[in-house]
Amino acid sequence: MDRRRFLQSTSITAAGLVAPTVFTPANAQARAETLLIVSESGPNNLDVMGVGTNVPGYEASWNCYDRLLTHEMKTLPDGTQYYERDKIKGELAEDFTVGPMSATFKLRKDATFHDGAPVTAKDVKWSLDRAVTVGGFPTFQMSAGSLTKPEQFVIVDDHTVRVDFIRKDRLTIPDLAVIVPAIMNSELCKKNATASDPWALEFTKQNTAGGGAYKITKWTPGTEVVFERNETWVCGPLPKTKRVIWRIVPSAGNRRALLERGDADISFDLPNKDFAEIKAAGKLSVVSTPYTNGIQYLGMNVTRPPFDNPKVRQAIAYAVPYQKIMDAVLFGLAKPMFGAPADKATEVAWPQPHKFNTDMAKAKALLVEAGYPDGFETTLSFDLGFAGVNEPLCVLVQESLAQIGVKTTINKVPGANWRTELNKKEMPLFTNIFSGWLNYPEYFFYWCYHGANSVFNTSSYQSKPMDAFIEGARDAAASGDAATYDTDVKGFVDLAFADIPRIPLYQPYINIAMQKNISGYQYWFHRRLDYRAFVKA
Amino acid sequence: MLKLLFDRLLTTIPALIGVIVVSFLLTRVLPGDTAAYFAGPAATPQAIEQVRKQLGLDRPLPEQFEHYVLDLAKGNLGQSLTTGQPVLSDIKARLPASAELTLFGLILALLIAVPLGVAAAVKQGSTLDHACRAIATAGVSLPVFFTGLLLVYFFYFILQWSPAPLGRLDVFASAPNEVTGFYLIDSLIARDGETFRASLAQILLPGITLAIFSLAPIARITRASMLSVLSSEFVRTARASGLSARMVVVTYAFRNAMLPVVTTLGMVFSFLLGANVLVEKVFAWPGIGSYAVEALIASDFAPVQGFVLTMAILYIVLNLLIDIAYRLIDPRMRSAT
Repeated sequence: MDRRRFLQSTSITAAGLVAPTVFTPANAQARAETLLIVSESGPNNLDVMGVGTNVPGYEASWNCYDRLLTHEMKTLPDGTQYYERDKIKGELAEDFTVGPMSATFKLRKDATFHDGAPVTAKDVKWSLDRAVTVGGFPTFQMSAGSLTKPEQFVIVDDHTVRVDFIRKDRLTIPDLAVIVPAIMNSELCKKNATASDPWALEFTKQNTAGGGAYKITKWTPGTEVVFERNETWVCGPLPKTKRVIWRIVPSAGNRRALLERGDADISFDLPNKDFAEIKAAGKLSVVSTPYTNGIQYLGMNVTRPPFDNPKVRQAIAYAVPYQKIMDAVLFGLAKPMFGAPADKATEVAWPQPHKFNTDMAKAKALLVEAGYPDGFETTLSFDLGFAGVNEPLCVLVQESLAQIGVKTTINKVPGANWRTELNKKEMPLFTNIFSGWLNYPEYFFYWCYHGANSVFNTSSYQSKPMDAFIEGARDAAASGDAATYDTDVKGFVDLAFADIPRIPLYQPYINIAMQKNISGYQYWFHRRLDYRAFVKA
Repeated sequence: MLKLLFDRLLTTIPALIGVIVVSFLLTRVLPGDTAAYFAGPAATPQAIEQVRKQLGLDRPLPEQFEHYVLDLAKGNLGQSLTTGQPVLSDIKARLPASAELTLFGLILALLIAVPLGVAAAVKQGSTLDHACRAIATAGVSLPVFFTGLLLVYFFYFILQWSPAPLGRLDVFASAPNEVTGFYLIDSLIARDGETFRASLAQILLPGITLAIFSLAPIARITRASMLSVLSSEFVRTARASGLSARMVVVTYAFRNAMLPVVTTLGMVFSFLLGANVLVEKVFAWPGIGSYAVEALIASDFAPVQGFVLTMAILYIVLNLLIDIAYRLIDPRMRSAT
């Protein structure tokens, strides 16, 4: 091939590449009415009550089903729309009253499911019965609000449902506004139920059987989900976006390229580094919001030496390079949970920063006092599924601990194995994250510090006074005794910081980037996207 | 010929049984607890046990194996927990995507590598020969995900010649009616020029990425094999008889040099099919490789077993095809058995 012919053929190839990017008019029309979202992974089940539904599956459920209740929105000083924890309003319920031992819900009379069937009290009862019966995560989440038995859900008439309380619990009403108690089309589900699958879990895994603002018209697992607006939705203002296409793009670099090139509208859950750079470039709008009730921490197993000694734990807490982690690992995109001024009074709030700071001299002294003048050896474990943050974080901690003579070997645990390792409660030193849907201090503490030793009490921390504070706060919240509640919350926060079985590091942020013409992002406790409020100008 | 086919198929049965047993056992000894993974972030030990029971993972291994084999006999490969679909339908949907991409890459590589290899052999020691060596070395030493990202960066991000790397088709285009599962062929059958162009545009970059990677073995083998054939006696005789250079190289030498190339081709193809995981990840290609890896990360047994089994069957079919190709290329093979 000579030079001339080579040049000719390359230019022909180039022309071939250019041609397909020309949009047809029909495409342009569809583009304007459609929101294209890209994220790393997609749903494995469209029903939040299914067996092993993953977190992206919650997003599908949230947008395709209605609940009895939902939260109001408020605007934060930086302009972000944020859910109001304490302002709950009706969604399918047009009106509701909460009595001392029960709550009554009046359903909207005009609400229908996607197939046109009206939403009635028996659908509500069937759905709530299902949530407390199917087992696994949904049943567990319901029980967090003291909703455990089908007898608690009573049909009063066609459009009225009563929920009886088994005990006073401040979390019962908010628990009816989480993703799990979605109201399903009971007739449609029953038609698709089988003897071995009475709750039609197989059917709702693949199909949406609800009446929510969106319905799924196409789902290619691992590739894309297509949502179309439900034109007859009455539980709120009709969403502005007609169609939402959610594409799974595994490569973070490509997600960013798609966004910067203007081909994608929204990229969900960006790595901190990308987020910081996109923000600096200023071509896209970005939102970063702290996880509600969520903390990344360094945990220690308090049942075994050396971490059974509170002095050792305090020494570690003084040796963590907090600020370095904030700067080098998180690019400043997290809320520090350390270094509160020494004279600052404890607040009735959670999360709040503790008073430890990086102070190697103090750490060394504490270690000597504890009887480890030459330090010791241990392993530091982390979840490889979140290696982007965990790995550099652990390396920094390793470096810093070496300065006080604590030699650590880093143990990388594959994502699939992490939960198993946590359950065993044998790792001596590890970093992990916990965040609760329900944003109440006593809820967090019950899971993470209580002697009932749940999966999330990863340190196996046991303390009678701690249990007393937590239970006291729960009871006080239920009975509305504000003074006792405040004392108990301050009590357990102080104790958690004094005993320091886990060292809070920071409150992580969830990062979203979108085109400048997209508005209406709302932060929800579940942290997934709500399509209903998005507007594409 | 039929007898040969039958004999060959018979010998594959022990291999298949081996694959079934090994893939079952291997997935069970993998670290990681499926139930804990799928019980979700807020699971209690009780919830995990419940999930384990629902998935049948609490039963003893022999019993699980029995269930697996019985289901297999019925053509049921089990359920994927990561996608929530039956494994068989997942594989059916994804295999054509991988096969189309791999074949496209391979054909592209062939079109470049074989002429390059032949030319390098004919003009041994020339600039072309050195260029062939340089290209082959570069191609095989660049990791595919790197080449892929580089191509995306230049052709999509900077130059904007290529469409968004979003899988097999643009978001707003619709797939052609399924006949073969290969979009390029299906859109031609449907006489849909627009879809053909769109899917060609999508497949070009990942195809080139794969082609660059597989160029090297094909070009090198072609060159080596051509060299040995060119120095053999029958070629000398042909030259001495005054046949044209073209006739000597193309008709006599090339055909004889093809045998090792076909063997390499089979190996490269099966290797690519499994190894294009990274390319699939970079280009969001809904193929079988990325499917298996995602399942592996989640300790999701059924898809991994299904994937291994599918691959084993593919290898067997491929080897059979290569054997047949041998016979077509080399008449001596026909009388040998």
